[in-house]
This record gives sequence, C-alpha cells and structure tokens, in this order.
Amino acid sequence: MAVHQQGQKMDDMTRILPSNCSKVFIQRDFSDGTAVKFHTKEFPTELVGKIEDKYLVQTITTLNTMYSEAESLNSRNYCESCFACLTAYLSYLCFDTHYEKVLKKVGKYIAEQNQTVYVPRGLMLVDPVERGLRTLEICILNESNGR
Amino acid sequence: MPDSYGQHLRQTYVTIVRPKKHRLCNDKVSDKSSAWDMDTSPLPVKEGSYVAVATDRVSEYSDTSSTKKMPKKMIRNWEVFPGKNKFCCDGRIMMARNTGIFYFTCILIVVTCGLFFGFDCPYLAKNVTPAIPAFGIALFIFVMSTLFRTSFSDPGVIPRASPDEAADIERQIEVPNSTPGTYRPPPRTKEVVIKGQVVKLKYCFTCKIFRPPRASHCSLCDNCVERFDHHCPWVGNCVGRRNYRYFYLFILSLSILCIYIFACVLTHLILRSQEDNFLHAMRDSPASVIEAIICFFSVWSVVGLAGFHSYLVASEQTTNEDIKGSYSAKRGQENFNPFSQGSIFRNCLGVLCGPTPPSLIDSRGYVIPDSSQSQGVNTSTGKESNAVNVKHEYYGSTNNTKTNNVGTNTGSHVTGSNGTGPVMKQMISYQTPDGSINSRLPPTNGNSSAVAYKDSQQPHNVMYTEESEGGHWTSTRPHSNQGSKTQQQSFHT
Repeated sequence: MAVHQQGQKMDDMTRILPSNCSKVFIQRDFSDGTAVKFHTKEFPTELVGKIEDKYLVQTITTLNTMYSEAESLNSRNYCESCFACLTAYLSYLCFDTHYEKVLKKVGKYIAEQNQTVYVPRGLMLVDPVERGLRTLEICILNESNGR
Repeated sequence: MPDSYGQHLRQTYVTIVRPKKHRLCNDKVSDKSSAWDMDTSPLPVKEGSYVAVATDRVSEYSDTSSTKKMPKKMIRNWEVFPGKNKFCCDGRIMMARNTGIFYFTCILIVVTCGLFFGFDCPYLAKNVTPAIPAFGIALFIFVMSTLFRTSFSDPGVIPRASPDEAADIERQIEVPNSTPGTYRPPPRTKEVVIKGQVVKLKYCFTCKIFRPPRASHCSLCDNCVERFDHHCPWVGNCVGRRNYRYFYLFILSLSILCIYIFACVLTHLILRSQEDNFLHAMRDSPASVIEAIICFFSVWSVVGLAGFHSYLVASEQTTNEDIKGSYSAKRGQENFNPFSQGSIFRNCLGVLCGPTPPSLIDSRGYVIPDSSQSQGVNTSTGKESNAVNVKHEYYGSTNNTKTNNVGTNTGSHVTGSNGTGPVMKQMISYQTPDGSINSRLPPTNGNSSAVAYKDSQQPHNVMYTEESEGGHWTSTRPHSNQGSKTQQQSFHT
C-alpha cells in the first residue's frame, strides 16, 4: 500500500461514512487488566439479523489475539526495547516497533474482513486505532434514507 | 428538479470507492466542467454498490470563491487538539502548557555540567584520568536525552470520544429519574473485576469516556493519560505509560550524575588542597564550590525520587496509585495489585522493557478543513471546536473524518468545558462534579454523525445531520445556500 503524499493510505477501499448511519460500539474488556481486548460476550442487539454472531465473535477474538501479541511481555519485546535503549532510541527512527507492526497487521485484517464479511452485509468496521483503541465501532450502512 | 433530487439523495449514500474512482474524484475538483456530467443519474447505481458522495458538491453552492481557490493548507491534528498541550516542530514535540520549570531544569543541568567540564575536568583529566570527563560526557548525554524524551513525547494521552461514542455512552448510563431544569448527574463509575480485584472505572466528563484502569485525567494538561503516574513540572509534561521508563531513567541517571559530579568536585578540591590548604583550593576553583552546593542540595531530592520510583517500578504501581493507597496492604482487606507480574524482576522488566503503543492521538495526522460551513452558517471558531480527524497517519483501514461544528453542532462533544458556540436551547446543561458546565443532549437514537468527504486535494463538504425521536432537531443538509440557511434557522428555533 503506497503512502500518499499527505500521509493517507491508499487502501483497496476508501470508505466515507454516510451522514446517517447508526453505530454500534464494542467496548473494551478490562477483565484481564489494561491490555487491549474487546468484549465478545454480549452480542449487540442492533446487529441481530444483520450478521451471525459467530462472524463477529471470530473477528473480535482474532483482533484480541493480535493485540495481545503486540503487548505481550515476551523476550522479543524485551530485546527490542533493550536494543533501542542501547542505540539511544535512534533505532525507533529506523524501524517500526513490534506494536506498530501489529497495528498495521490489524488494519489489513480489518480491511479484509470488511471486504469479505461486513460490507456485503451492510456493516463496516472501523479500525479501533482510529478511535484511540477505546472501542470497536461498527457502522450500520443504510441503503436508503427516504429523505 | 430531478437533478437536485438526485444530488439530494446522493448526499446520504455510502460511498465505497475504489482507488481509481478516488483519483477520479480528485480529478473532479480540478475540472469542474466534468463534474456534472458524471452525476446525472438520480438513484444509486446498482445493488451492493453505492453512489459516490460527490465532491462536486462544492460547485453546487455557487460559492465561487471556494470553487476557484484551492483548498487551504491541510491542518494537522495537533493544531486542533482539545487538550491544553503545547506542540512544537509541527506536532513532533508535545509538552504541557507551562514549561518554565522545564527550562529551569535544563539550564541547571547544563550550567552545572558546563562548569564541571570547564573547570574541574581539565584538572582531573590531567591529574587523575581522562576517563573522568569521558564518563561525565556520556552520562550528561544520557541524562539530557532521557529528559528530552520524557518531556517531548506523548505520555499516553487517550483521545477524546467521538460524538457518537459519547452519545452512546451517555445513553447507556443515563439516570432514569431526570428532573427538569438543572441536571446533576451522579458521579458515574463502572466496576470491573481484574484478576479477582474489584477496580472502579470512572467516567471522565471532559473526555466523555470511561477511563481504563490506571488511567487518570490530568487537570493541567486536560487529557486522560494511560497509566497516569503524575504531572511533573520539572520535565514539563505528564508522566504516563509511554514515557514513564524515560522518566525513570532520567531521574536515575541524574542522581548518578549528581553524585558523580559531587564526588569529582570533592576529589578536585581535596587534590588541590593537598598542594595548598582547603580554603585556597576553594578560592582557586570557585566553580567547584558552586557545583558542590548545587549537587549537594539536588542530590537529596533526586536520589530520594529515584529511590521512590525504583520501589514503584518493582511493585508495578504508579505514583497516583501509591498516593491513593489503592493497593496498599495496610487497608486490611484483600487488596492486592492485579497489575503486578508477581516478582520484582518481572515487574521491572515489564515497566522498563515492555512494549509501548505508538501515540494514539496521531498529532501529525491531517484534519479535513471545515470549508462547507464557510457559507455563513457555521460559526466554527477556534481550534478546539473544529474537525476531529480520525484517520490515523499510518494505521487503520478506514478513512473517515468527522467534524464538530459549533455552528450546527449539538455540543454533545463539547471539548473541554468551554461550552462555546451558539447555545442550543434544547440542550440541558448541567454542572459536573468538578464544577464545569456541560451540555447534554436529550436522548437521541444516537444517529448523529457528520460526513466529511475525505480527500486531501479538495475542499470537502461537511454535512451534519441529526435525528432524534423527539423531533427536536432538524437536519441540516446544505444542498443549497438558501436551503441550508433556512434549515439552520429552524435548527435554532
């Protein structure tokens, strides 16, 4: 994906939200601490009939797994931090951190999920990073508004 | 008119635009003559695809100035950031508003080290070893780099909730027994169980979110910060999740530097006094005396702070939690720290070498300028009420932006507690526990959103529509100058 001059990403899809779509927010699940994790237990009532819950649960579970991989306290992350410290943090200018790489992976996954699963059902996921990792937003796209 | 009706419909459709079309839309702006040729079909093209929200909206307004001139310079997120932060170097540097004490810290360290390198090091390098200034320089560079890293980086600010999110949360936590008139909501908390420990999540009235565990709102910077430790005036920034390790390394290395300089200066004076007496040594090298005094008085506080933070790191707590005694064993109950990794070593490793997320506020990302409201409808002023870009510079597959427009806005996303902009009579204002006045929407079905046409090269058109069950709001759809103005008037009445 080429990075546009202004810093925009030219994805396969450039979505512009309609003016009157309703939104469903899947909030963060803090039961395991401060790690990024979204609720999978409650299926939002607004989505009943639009999508089978297994798809949504699978998407959210995959996202949770990806985020937990980014934030895991494993030797890879430790080594990366130590190496960065030894290079006076100049390595951060040259390379993306593991977390950033995972976030890009999440972006691709969400784009792919939107394309294959959600948009055909009239829904659209918004990457949580664009909501400050607070919430997973699902837009219910309307086809007509009768205005 | 079929044409305007078609345009009317088109405005509210979703666009899924392939890159080709996207570029075409780009081209549309520059070539106005072709704009109308494309959009004469009244209805969406085919099932499953949607008609583009046309960028040729711009020409429709017969606002020739906006069609003729190129869009204004793109605004970056930091320019419209709602918190009380100061940004430098085009958003690369983020600090608190008052940085006077930070400059004092810098000057103190630089002056002391300058005196040390200028007056003590030559003597010590010659008479003892040149490794002394070498180590001193390395230590000084490390101290300054960690200081700058702490001061200039985003501490872990949580971006404020978008209007829809805020409305959604407000709906969920609405108090059923709302009394008319002044509305005083009770403090809102949510409880969550983390590894067996009950943790209360508080609702932040400014940011309109339920704060994650360990997050806190800094009143000086007016931001919610993840894993908030404290606001340090000496570094001129909050200390939070993203810069805590740099802060810790800073005070640790500064305490080492303090002790090192103090020791070297004493060595210098003692060596000199062996040739003469001590008083003469002090007279010959007054700089050493100054350094000794500075170091002597600093070392207590800096070393004490370093020791305190070493304890916090080892027990995986923040200053905030320690002061409040959240996980103190003295409480008597089964209070334990659910965030601790179990052992001191693992805690230290986690705090100092763990992964840190990138900045969530994306200060260098772009914002869509709010040009559609330049018809005179909008009274958007000031950077706080302006656009909120949610397109992250590097991540995120979705491109959408929203704008908070004070003129047409509900104010449900009042930034900070300014409450500026036209007063919406249907709004219920209440005073929050912290004394700020906020306005609150009557219950809606949450269908308020803004559309901004996301394209970097063109002036975008922002339409803000709202619906409510109570019929309080009318939608504003600027399909024509006159139309929008009429709508706007009805909106206010």
